[in-house]
Amino acid sequence: MERHSGTVYNLALRMMNDPQEAEDVLQETFISAFRALDRFQGRSQLSTWLYRIAYNAALMRLRKRRVPVESLDEARETEDGELMPPRQLVDWTALPDELLLSKEFRGKLDAALGSLPESLRSVFVLRDIEGLSTAETAVVLGLTETNTKVRLHRARLALRERLTTYLSPSLAAVRPVVACTEVGS
Amino acid sequence: MYCKEMLGSLSDYIDGDLEAQLCAEIEQHMAGCGNCRVVVDTLSKTVSLYREYGHEPVPPDAKDRLYAVLKLEARS
Repeated sequence: MERHSGTVYNLALRMMNDPQEAEDVLQETFISAFRALDRFQGRSQLSTWLYRIAYNAALMRLRKRRVPVESLDEARETEDGELMPPRQLVDWTALPDELLLSKEFRGKLDAALGSLPESLRSVFVLRDIEGLSTAETAVVLGLTETNTKVRLHRARLALRERLTTYLSPSLAAVRPVVACTEVGS
Repeated sequence: MYCKEMLGSLSDYIDGDLEAQLCAEIEQHMAGCGNCRVVVDTLSKTVSLYREYGHEPVPPDAKDRLYAVLKLEARS
């Protein structure tokens, strides 16, 4: 339990955007797992089985909240299904650590993640934050590996846009911003 | 290779999951395209920031309550 509660909690927290509900999901997950342990057939790892229970519990709660079903429009696809070119082309990677480590910026990281559609957020949390493999993430979320990779890429691009939007003014304060054009060639 | 063509492969590129040939094409493109270089660098930094700061641990009191609830469950 010690080993997996962190991932269960973080997945629930990021999905619900609410610490109290995340704790409720955490408890529900371990109680459900405890009750169903004799039915665990070992076809998947215990960890992915647990995370799947947690994901389903969080999803049920989101549905009860009547959160509208989200499309993947956050990924900014063109009409023919291609990814839209990035809009923000400012290089903020050299900003000082004090800014990137600040409490305010940490809040922006949380807010940017929280603003993603659930379908992208859950993939990003499991894959990039919790370090599950593509195959494990796909099992937890009931997706194909290809779909998992597509969603992860869209989540990353969307977060990059949001962070760049937030950080660009800070960069302008450090040094003048070079005029940028859209990637579109 | 054009900017739009490489956009869909950037996650595989930063994860090191691309085959060498495609990797080389992306690197060749980036050598002459500052905008794509910025996208790759900021995409990579975005991922590393979340890897470092995105995990929120279970609060100690929530963990205590979880143990208490499971103890009750085990008794019932």
